[in-house]
Amino acid sequence: MGTDIRHTPLHDVHTRLGAKFTDFAGWQMPLRYTGDVAEHTAVRSCAGLFDLTHMGEIVLSGPQAGQALDYALVGHASAIGVGRARYTMICADDGGILDDLIVYRTGEQEYLVVANASNAALVAGELVDRAEDFDTEVRDASADYALIAVQGPKATGILAPLTPTDLATVKYYASYPTTVAGRPALLARTGYTGEDGFELFVAPGDAEAVWAAVAASDDIIPCGLSCRDTLRLEAGMPLYGNELTAELTPYAAGLGRVVKLDKPSDFVGRAALAKASAETPARKLVGLVTESRRSPRHGYPVVDPADGARIGEITSGAPSPTLGHPVAMAYVDADRAVPGSALAVDIRGTITPVDVVELPFYRRSS
Amino acid sequence: MSTIPDNLRYSAEHEWVAVTDGIARIGITEFAAESLGDIVYVQLPEEGESVTAGEPCGELESTKSVSDLFSPVTGEVVDVNPAAADNPAAINDDPFGEGWLFTVRVDGDPDGLLDADEYAALIKEGE
Repeated sequence: MGTDIRHTPLHDVHTRLGAKFTDFAGWQMPLRYTGDVAEHTAVRSCAGLFDLTHMGEIVLSGPQAGQALDYALVGHASAIGVGRARYTMICADDGGILDDLIVYRTGEQEYLVVANASNAALVAGELVDRAEDFDTEVRDASADYALIAVQGPKATGILAPLTPTDLATVKYYASYPTTVAGRPALLARTGYTGEDGFELFVAPGDAEAVWAAVAASDDIIPCGLSCRDTLRLEAGMPLYGNELTAELTPYAAGLGRVVKLDKPSDFVGRAALAKASAETPARKLVGLVTESRRSPRHGYPVVDPADGARIGEITSGAPSPTLGHPVAMAYVDADRAVPGSALAVDIRGTITPVDVVELPFYRRSS
Repeated sequence: MSTIPDNLRYSAEHEWVAVTDGIARIGITEFAAESLGDIVYVQLPEEGESVTAGEPCGELESTKSVSDLFSPVTGEVVDVNPAAADNPAAINDDPFGEGWLFTVRVDGDPDGLLDADEYAALIKEGE
């Protein structure tokens, strides 16, 4: 990691709000403002405002932008309608996951790829290399965007007076070029919290004005990355580095549906992924719950309660603020991955009973 | 900047200690509470248990992470704070007051502790 820590254009705003910061993927980001639980609860019951400017944005434009992405990613980017978005992945030749992405088709010949902060440089580099033989320009546009997320059941009501776009017409996983608080914005109905909400891509110089306009609502509080992690965990959403790694294929992660083996063109990782699609993974990603007050955490062994044999590993775990007990995701041996199975986790030396449950732990009422 | 009361003494593991008549009252500092985030579960030593300065004697679990609780002094646990165990939010809300954790009978004046200035310097160093 470089010695220069990067600040988002909202850094002064966060400082004035009394944020506690954390260094994440080379950025100094707000970890929390008031408290993790209050922020988590606000997103579930009302709304939360996030600065996600650390996310990477890569823009592909040109006649073959879609074909380039079809080759570079496991999804079928050229089949995405203009204005729509897809969750997808970029894999290595061996099928290992390099990152999970959201691809927005922002024009007939233009796409916006959003990568995780920790992988942004790698993804941008891979896209440049993989697009070499296509008639498209690939540009790391991360510095052109601030990303502000408005998440929660009241997100629509808060944003509606600030934009001319009729939010009722903005579908889930769709994006619109519009204005928010009079500033140009790409408004997308996407998020990582398990709630309805929007992500606003704006120019860095407009970030403070857009943030202030949204924050003026009484129904929203600023939220840090700490609660974002418990929100996505409750919603059963994978996190790169925890549930997704270069050692796993999308099939091994239970996300084989994102791989479009039947798309007409070749793509990086195709042969390895075709093989993986026909195999039964040795382990499966499951949800675990426990009545213990101590929470399973990343890296803890999942064990057989009968003999203590190691049968898996926790990828993410935390006390769930919404449910009031710890929840965790884990890879466990496929024959033990059945919902209802009684397993155990070694929590710092104490063998603690857990039950396998269906993911997600939390689903919003529609 | 977190509060560091002048009348308390501190351990390098971010506990505070107040000794009155041979009884040391112990809690975690505001700095520690803020670093942990919302504490949702606390495991404290039991009454009568012997604790040793610098040794783990419990756990503090927040949504974000789990940390060992170290005893800043050596002696026998006299009392634990049921309010902190039942409502760990009290530790975040009032770490030096309502959120105290346990008391220990100490033999003489505990050594190896920092005064407020030394503890402030320690926090500053870590930043």
